Amino acid sequence: MSLEKHVLSVTVRDKPGVLVRIASLFARRGFNIESLSVAKSGIAGYSKTTFVVKGAEKTVEQVEKQLQKLIDVITVVDHSEAKYVDRELMLLKVTVKSSEERTEIRQIASDFRARIVDVHRNALIFEITGDEGKMEAFIEQMKPFGIVELIRTGRVALTRSAADPKILRKAKITTKVI
Amino acid sequence: MTGAEVIIKALEREGVNTIFGMTGGAIMVVYDAMYDSKINHILMRHEQGATHAADAYYRTTGKVGVTIATSGPGATNLITGLANAMMDSAAIVAITGNVPSGLIGTDAFQEADIYGITGPVTKHNYLVRDVNDLPRVIKEAFHIASTGRPGPVLIDIPKDLQIEEFTGDFDAEMDLPGYKPTIKGHAGQIKKAAEALKLAKKPIMIVGGGSQSAADELLEFVENVDIPVITTLMGIGAFPTAKDQWLGMPGMHGTVAANKAISNCDLILASGIRFDDRVTGKISTFAPEATIIHMDIDPAEISKLVKAHVPVVGDLKNILPRLSEYSERLDIDDWRKQTAAWKAKYPERYNTEKPLVSQEVIGMLRKETTDDCIVTTEVGQHQMFAARLFPTEKPRTFVTSGGLGTMGFGLPAAVGAALGNPGRQVVCIAGDGSIQMNIQELATIYKHQLPIIIAIINNGCLGMVRQWQEMFFSERYAEIYLADSNPDFAKLAEAYGIEGHNIHDRESAKIAIEKASKSNKPVLLNFFVYEAENVFPMVPAGAGVADMIIGDQMPEGDYDDVIYEAEVVK
Ligand SMILES: Cc1ncc(C[n+]2csc(CCOP(=O)(O)OP(=O)(O)O)c2C)c(N)n1
Ligand SMILES: [Mg+2]
Repeated sequence: MSLEKHVLSVTVRDKPGVLVRIASLFARRGFNIESLSVAKSGIAGYSKTTFVVKGAEKTVEQVEKQLQKLIDVITVVDHSEAKYVDRELMLLKVTVKSSEERTEIRQIASDFRARIVDVHRNALIFEITGDEGKMEAFIEQMKPFGIVELIRTGRVALTRSAADPKILRKAKITTKVI
Repeated sequence: MTGAEVIIKALEREGVNTIFGMTGGAIMVVYDAMYDSKINHILMRHEQGATHAADAYYRTTGKVGVTIATSGPGATNLITGLANAMMDSAAIVAITGNVPSGLIGTDAFQEADIYGITGPVTKHNYLVRDVNDLPRVIKEAFHIASTGRPGPVLIDIPKDLQIEEFTGDFDAEMDLPGYKPTIKGHAGQIKKAAEALKLAKKPIMIVGGGSQSAADELLEFVENVDIPVITTLMGIGAFPTAKDQWLGMPGMHGTVAANKAISNCDLILASGIRFDDRVTGKISTFAPEATIIHMDIDPAEISKLVKAHVPVVGDLKNILPRLSEYSERLDIDDWRKQTAAWKAKYPERYNTEKPLVSQEVIGMLRKETTDDCIVTTEVGQHQMFAARLFPTEKPRTFVTSGGLGTMGFGLPAAVGAALGNPGRQVVCIAGDGSIQMNIQELATIYKHQLPIIIAIINNGCLGMVRQWQEMFFSERYAEIYLADSNPDFAKLAEAYGIEGHNIHDRESAKIAIEKASKSNKPVLLNFFVYEAENVFPMVPAGAGVADMIIGDQMPEGDYDDVIYEAEVVK
């Protein structure tokens, strides 16, 4: 069985219990959720979630239809079908053992456009955004210095088209965009 | 108005006049409010029974079935019933009380996470957090349950909300921006379907549970195009069995004619079916050459298991008349002759040389009962025999647990059917195993004097499992024997105040059935039947529908390409 990665943007009602329903749908079909981000959407009362899931290619369409059937799900967009932009944010703490190391680390970080958000005598915390590849590369570069801890938000994604007209059509949302 | 009063008023607004339930601490306030209302509450003896009764009430009337239970154990007892309704697309609204809001999540007495537990077995569920949401939530629940693909909706209501004073808007609008079922079939797709149909040389129509609400439209369409029709277990009653086009049931225990038609057809017009594995058998050999037109209200069913070449999403009530408009009588005379020949060659028959057999009893029941009678069944061999020998003639009259296969469904279902259809004859065809799973509902039947003929097909064992053990487990009969410890069912019925008879032979069977069908009272008939009777034809699990086993039950005959012996499992 070939496992495929899918980036799904799911717009949902901002209500308790919605995520559980979505997660259990994925679990029932043997999909592993690699990353998940949930936040307010631009429209009051609605949240936008981004799921990165891995599962059998054959079942992904079925899972999307099942998601669409959930009453509190407004739209499901599978980004694998269209061109999209995705980003994630990472905070990474690295040890600094000497001033030479500090210079070297700062040089690499600036190549990656990572920002220093906290400075300690023997550690630095960086904030970096980008796609998955960039995150992985930065982690590789920092490994030799000693990564103390890192945390990633998981991906968020948007299709490269104009608005997201589907949402507005299906939901007839009249609330003004914040 | 208190929350509880709002609940009753909102139920009345939905036209609810019958509720099946069981009271308890967290729902007493609602029962207190109901005490003064016109709603007819049927006190069931188990919450599972209440859900099945509500389920059958919906299936036989088309009106949403309602069930009420208390928190914790009351609510968990609903789960099987909800799952059953979900699988067979029955519209029910279940209302549960819960512990007061402040205690939710604290492991309070009789607290269970009902919202969490019921998610996977409901179309939608609610945990109400504000008394002022109640009218809107109840309105939404009925709307969701009964529109699109029907299903169960649960509303969990903490006790404090039932007591609290309502200050909101009783006429608040529904707020369901994510719910828009497709009702009207796409015109282009319907035209495509008509074109494909016109080109077919060997088309068949498979009719499923989704067609129960469009029986008139279905009949008109079939009479127009004159296409062979197969009804699934859930589709029984949606098409009259007396019609020439009818070939019976497909699948594991389907008729030879239906399975042969499927294996040889070049087009399947699927009408409200979901291609269950009991229907398709091995999916890779299921009508491999056929063009599939799949008409269903649920887009998620399209191409879920069998790839649809022409999907048509919408309500069959809307689709079928339009498809009929674009179609005319099909030019398929050879195929009609062929399917009719199969049907004639493989009629239902059974051996009556042995002692009383199930099939014969069920056949007698059919003969003695009215044309519009409702049949409910339990689960097992008797269920399959009922489907084959007692397929009812009217839509919404064959009530059986298809998708979940729930033993314990049939008796409470008969309660729901009888209460939803006063004056109609109801027959519950039960197995001696299954009936004991909700036997307590005999009390409900007695109390309301429901005119149900309870026919126990008593083979002294868990027959369906016995059949599999005989055929696939080298006759190792593990844990299926019941006869040594079955109760005396006639006496048991009498203990509940219901007339009961133990019947051992043909002659008394005939007399008892004749009497029972005229009595207009509950009667339990306990038929002792031959233990080793098997359901044939049978397509073994995992085999293709062309590989039917006929078995030794049918008289000798010329069965050319069907398999005779159980041993020849492919
Ligand atoms: C609740 C439940 N438990 C177990 C089963 C598995 N099962 C299917 S048929 C069957 C035997 C049913 O026996 P009986 O009601 O006597 O019917 P028979 O097959 O003998 O006609 C069993 C145990 C089931 N379907 N449902
Ligand atoms: Mg039995």
